[in-house]
Amino acid sequence: MSAEVNAVQPILQTKGLMKRYGTVVAMSGCDFELMPGEILAVIGDNGAGKSTMIKALSGAVIPDHGEILLDGKPVHFRSPDDARALGIETVYQNLAMSPALSIADNMFLGRELRVPGILGSVFRKMDRTRMEKFARDKLSELGLMTIQDITQPVETLSGGQRQGVAVARAAAFGSKVVILDEPTAALGVKESRLVLELIRDLRARGIPIILISHNMPHVFEVADRIHIHRLGRRLCVINPKDYTMSDAVAFMTGAKLPEGVTEAA
Amino acid sequence: MRLYGHPGGRLQEMTDTAPTKTISDFEATLNKADTAVASFERDDKSFIHILRNFLRRNPTMIPALVLLLSVLIFGLIESRFLGMGALSTVLKQVTVTGFIALAQTLIILTAGIDLSVGAILVVSSLVMGSTAVTTGVPLPVGFGPMELFGLSLPVGLTFDRFILPVPLAVAFGVFVGGVMGMINGLLVVKAKLPPFIVTLGTLSVFEALKLWYSASESVRNVDIAEKAPGLLWFGEGIAFAKSKDPEVIDTGVVITGFGDPRIYFMDTTEFLGVAQLSWGVFMLIILAAVLWYVLNHTAWGRHVHAIGDDPDAAMLSGIRVGRTLISVYTVAGLICGFAAWIAIGRVGSISPIAFADVNLASITAVVIGGTSLFGGRGSIIGSVLGAIIVGVFITGLSLAGVDDYWQKFAAGCLVIIAVALDQWLRRASQ
Repeated sequence: MSAEVNAVQPILQTKGLMKRYGTVVAMSGCDFELMPGEILAVIGDNGAGKSTMIKALSGAVIPDHGEILLDGKPVHFRSPDDARALGIETVYQNLAMSPALSIADNMFLGRELRVPGILGSVFRKMDRTRMEKFARDKLSELGLMTIQDITQPVETLSGGQRQGVAVARAAAFGSKVVILDEPTAALGVKESRLVLELIRDLRARGIPIILISHNMPHVFEVADRIHIHRLGRRLCVINPKDYTMSDAVAFMTGAKLPEGVTEAA
Repeated sequence: MRLYGHPGGRLQEMTDTAPTKTISDFEATLNKADTAVASFERDDKSFIHILRNFLRRNPTMIPALVLLLSVLIFGLIESRFLGMGALSTVLKQVTVTGFIALAQTLIILTAGIDLSVGAILVVSSLVMGSTAVTTGVPLPVGFGPMELFGLSLPVGLTFDRFILPVPLAVAFGVFVGGVMGMINGLLVVKAKLPPFIVTLGTLSVFEALKLWYSASESVRNVDIAEKAPGLLWFGEGIAFAKSKDPEVIDTGVVITGFGDPRIYFMDTTEFLGVAQLSWGVFMLIILAAVLWYVLNHTAWGRHVHAIGDDPDAAMLSGIRVGRTLISVYTVAGLICGFAAWIAIGRVGSISPIAFADVNLASITAVVIGGTSLFGGRGSIIGSVLGAIIVGVFITGLSLAGVDDYWQKFAAGCLVIIAVALDQWLRRASQ
């Protein structure tokens, strides 16, 4: 367990989140802490409720009970829009992009820029020039790719490139927290490497990251701490330097219990 | 086409500083790997492939080409078809369908469908007719005994019926159209019902309402022309006429004004050929241009596309999906309400049983215009072209002396071909 947590205030925290889907309990008293400037990996078996917790943090799921604190202040997200407005950006596993729209339009989906003056305020004209320049700058700044044509539809990109656009979008707008849900699951070896590199770049810029992954080597490589989720709540948080991958897998599957933790049920 | 790569040195540095305990050995060979990532091979340069990609990027080209070809072919078969008279007849025929197709395009872009558009149009036209021509609107004029729900109240308001001026009647009709559209939108969003089912239901409901409201009676042309000629305004327009008697008039342009019946009942026996462009056609072009701008250059337009493409992704991207959908159905209702004004001008009278097949005609036009029924992709211009293509086929075939059931047959084939083409184009990207 992490003992050195209490010194600084967590940037994002949950206390006792509950969520039920009919008879299925997806979160039962779920606690969670993300410290400033860290990469926190979240691992857990399928059906452990990781996704529900992440969706609660990004506003896509509204918990039945419990509270979410951002910088120590309680927040209530009613939609992903609310979370984004507070600087929490999420890269979903399915990437949440609109295939027929262009790269630039996708990056600015839901927060389009308008041209200055009456054309923008009355005629609501989008500032394509500024949006495309920003998108191109961000993509090349992150070193992920050099896109030829920022106006090409996202559906013409490969899986790795789409991932790159999604991560670039989160990195560009996530001022507080960036959440990455299985960012390397669909990627090849080289593309995975680029994404991991990007995660480190983000941390270097001071943005804390939540990384959900099933890939133990990736988790142990980049994470500062590992949150192990089991049966709808946090089982423990471990330091990857103190434990092996097989320990972590044993904890999350219930094969072994970490010291000092007793599992109810 | 190299799409992305990364500086080679960076990878080396990365693997060195990474905790060696955990990094996988198999990745160590990566720094020797080819840095050209995702360079697409373009060996398939066949004509079909290039054509397919071109059409994917310019979907409006298909209806444009089909229109051009069909005009040429019908022109070869029957030379009268290329005359201005026939072409202006096509435009006149498709004006109302074109308007409804614009509304339908908005809805189909969100991966929805609206089967009630025709009923909305007719109800709106009946509202305009009754408020401006026949019954008027009851307004309170004073105090006195009144009847309310069968009860006789000793004190209350007395009402008189007032015939509304045309602009107010039109505004009221358009408003009613918007309300009906909003009901569709609310049912789709709040009750989470499929648009097909919702609008199938409201189609019946609105059809029943229109028969009840109108008592199954039409408003005659002479009454409209006498009491509210402004309702007929969109049926008028510019006429280009060539006289048989060169000494009277040669070739001239006649512009009609409000209530001028001259174009309406123009005696074609005096003229060699008359081409009429109604104000409705101009209005259709203006509205199409406005919607094109809104769909392509405003955030709302992007959101409409994104919702049709993938509603979950749109929601996760922070788009207020429900609110946008309700606004789309409401705008479609407003357009149908406005189209009612155009329709009154086009037909000259108001009938509760008119425009029975405009629902399917609008879907036909949208699909032929290249808008995908699965949402997210399509174009306003395409829908206008689609409506014109159907008009060209109907007029062309009837000029060629083909029976009208074969005209329907041809329209049906066009739809199937258009959807097949759409599917083929979609596969191109996979």
